[in-house]
Amino acid sequence: MHMFESMELSSLQQYWWIIISILGAALVFLLFVQGGQTLLFQVAKNDTERSLLINTLGRKWELTFTTLVTFGGAFFASFPLFYSTSFGGAYWVWMLILFGFIVQAVSYEFRSKIGNFLGKRTYEIFLFANGLLATVLLGAAVSTFFTGSAFTVDEYNLSKWDLPTHGLEAAFNIQNLCLGLAVFFLSRMLGAMYFINTIQHEQIIVRSKKQVLWNGLIFVVFFLSFLGMLLTQEGYAVNNGIVSLEAYKYLHNLLAMPIVLVMFLIGVVLVLLAWFRSFTKAINRAFWCASTGVVLVVLALFFIAGFNNTSFYPSYTHLQSSLTIYNASSSHYTLTVMSYVSLFVPVVILYIALAWKSLAKKKIDTTELENNSHVY
Amino acid sequence: MTLLDASLIDWSRGQFALTAFYHWFFVPLTLGLSFIMAITESIYLKTGNEEWKKITKFWMTLFGINFAIGVATGIILEFEFGTNWSKYSWIVGDIFGAPLAVEGIFAFFLESTFIAVMFFGWEKLSKKFHLFSTWMVAFGSNLSALWILVANAWMNYPAGMTFNPDSARNEMLSFSDVALSPFAVNKFLHTITSSYVVAAIFVIGVSSWYLLKNRHVMIAKKSIIVASVFGLLSSLAIIITGDGSAYQVAQKQPMKLAAMEGLYNGQKGAGLIVLGMLNPAKEVSNSEDPYYFKIQIPKMLSFLGYRNGDAFVPGIKDLIYGNEQYGIEPAQKRIERGKISVNALKEYKEAKVAGDTAKMNTALATFKETFPDFGYAYFENLERLVPNVALVFYSFHIMVGLGFYFVLLFLIVLWFSFKEKLQQKKWLLRLALFTIPLGYLASQLGWVVAEVGRQPWAIQDILPVFKATSHLSVGAVQTTFFLFLALFTILLIAEIRILVKQIKNGPKE
Repeated sequence: MHMFESMELSSLQQYWWIIISILGAALVFLLFVQGGQTLLFQVAKNDTERSLLINTLGRKWELTFTTLVTFGGAFFASFPLFYSTSFGGAYWVWMLILFGFIVQAVSYEFRSKIGNFLGKRTYEIFLFANGLLATVLLGAAVSTFFTGSAFTVDEYNLSKWDLPTHGLEAAFNIQNLCLGLAVFFLSRMLGAMYFINTIQHEQIIVRSKKQVLWNGLIFVVFFLSFLGMLLTQEGYAVNNGIVSLEAYKYLHNLLAMPIVLVMFLIGVVLVLLAWFRSFTKAINRAFWCASTGVVLVVLALFFIAGFNNTSFYPSYTHLQSSLTIYNASSSHYTLTVMSYVSLFVPVVILYIALAWKSLAKKKIDTTELENNSHVY
Repeated sequence: MTLLDASLIDWSRGQFALTAFYHWFFVPLTLGLSFIMAITESIYLKTGNEEWKKITKFWMTLFGINFAIGVATGIILEFEFGTNWSKYSWIVGDIFGAPLAVEGIFAFFLESTFIAVMFFGWEKLSKKFHLFSTWMVAFGSNLSALWILVANAWMNYPAGMTFNPDSARNEMLSFSDVALSPFAVNKFLHTITSSYVVAAIFVIGVSSWYLLKNRHVMIAKKSIIVASVFGLLSSLAIIITGDGSAYQVAQKQPMKLAAMEGLYNGQKGAGLIVLGMLNPAKEVSNSEDPYYFKIQIPKMLSFLGYRNGDAFVPGIKDLIYGNEQYGIEPAQKRIERGKISVNALKEYKEAKVAGDTAKMNTALATFKETFPDFGYAYFENLERLVPNVALVFYSFHIMVGLGFYFVLLFLIVLWFSFKEKLQQKKWLLRLALFTIPLGYLASQLGWVVAEVGRQPWAIQDILPVFKATSHLSVGAVQTTFFLFLALFTILLIAEIRILVKQIKNGPKE
């Protein structure tokens, strides 16, 4: 069997951009955990209710965490020039994201344990901080795929950031902020939908619905603002290895790849449909409907960032340093090896789904918290 | 390629060492305890005795507390390759990235998916499926260790790759050479089995405290038997793989071996030091005696390193100044060849831009011939090629000494357990309790030997650490260093307090 060896390098690079996009899309969907963490003080009005929220999120936090780690690892393996340029350059953005995830990882386990040193409330604030930082910053970081960054890559492919702010400058770009905030409110909407999907508690459901309503609306405002700017902005086009600015580049990309356009539209419709469903009898499935929509929209965004002769990680200070899936990738051999590894991904998804299902047989309620030996 | 500020390198190394140290504070227990839980739960299913379920659940609680913080420090390590070692990430990313991705796809998901099932599935799943999940957590966590250790082994012994002058990086030629290099296999086995020993010591120590307090006696006794058998078997594996490590190091990293033994002047039939003290005034350039005193097993080092008691073991001086008799080149020669190599790469690049194919070919031929010494080009001072001998020497000897002490402890504990006299032996129970920190110490020291011993190299002979960092200001790295230090320390305190509290409360009877 030689299914990948005989593939052209460019095909392997495209294949890997698809894998990265899938991981990115899965990550944004799984940020519902972070969104849920920012609702702890609004959806829950007392300690028991808060424990319910934290325990239902606590069964999934590792999944989001692992997806982030795998996203990083897979990006490293397939497009190492992005890894070395962005991580070493936009230092402060990545460090802030990481700090958010350090405090998250311990908060679930430590929060309700005796002797936890910092007190319950501190760990709840940690969870909130992670929810805020991870969503806004990851959203803003993805937006720089379109708005560009400030770096130079030399002839040895070694990179240098051109601004002393090392990534923080991205926060002062209105388009980046819009996507960051869109992801924040989207993840809150998904988080509230997840509560409705997994918790048996009347008051929590009522309050979660309210959150779906408001966060959904605010999300739409920020997302449409981002989208408006994206589709009208100059984009980073690549022709014969030369990078240049092209008006309406991302709109062109969307129109040049009708499948991506269809994915994008279906995704948007599904998210909106889920929002409506939250106020009907189909409320339980709203979470899955919205999630599918989010995955499709994010996939489409990644595809228009990387495909159709576009630089996925452009440099606005030194245009020709911009990274494309063709100049930033691993070698043919490494991509081939990794492609075989990627065949295992469906198996992973399958057992995750089985495990998810096996734990979701019954909704979580206060009795379960009293009886279970492992409570967060 | 410009030389970076020396203190940036130190702070970057400091930050990585700090993260690695904290990470490794939690990982060994995770690796070992996961198997101990899987074993006790298997016994529960086999015997149907509820006591074993209680034992499993108790260790599982401690596992959970420890696991969370291991994960928190682990994510930092992965991303630090990019944030702080950006040049490294490019120069070896084609090889080094793959194991990290494989780790995520194969191992981390296995671990994180089944951990939720293991913790929350007791009432929701069949007993068999639950046991299956516990075993999956054990395999998943140990599989995670495999891939990062493959990556680490590759840094010590860069196999299966070639340098591509067009992309200016090392590229993978054979995945199996990377993943199955003898260095990688040995490193993996040595590291995981030593982690099992740390976990076994932890379980025995905690259980001994219960016996001293006359609490949870049955649970403690049963846990001790499982842990000491597990620890003893693992210790035997450590001795075999430790011997394997010494052999690999002798073949591939003679400087590390020389530092481990404080051996400055090479010897035929070199002995292995059992106990010794180094002379701090000793430098590679002076003629002071390296030791204040030493007790050694004659010919043992030659035998361990070369499987021949009379073999010549090169010392630090031989490796730096050369030894004609044994065909060892002076390092200065390698530095010269390294400079030729770096220059040839530059010429190749220039010729390529100019479109001069003939010049490209000549430059490439020179480059390929001299590439094995590429990394030496960046050294002016020969002494920079020598690692910190005292740190490596003492770490190595204390680790080995503790390793043998642990074997003895497991044997004695098992002996008295079978004689049903363990609870009367208060001194032994106390000793076991106080051995817990020693287990951690030995484990950390092992990493000191491995990592300090291979300095100044990030990738052996190819990339020195000072050419591998990101282009950052010293202030930025200092800031994150102290933020990490503060955060990790606070979380460590919280973790230890929670663990101690849980242990004091004991298993639910």
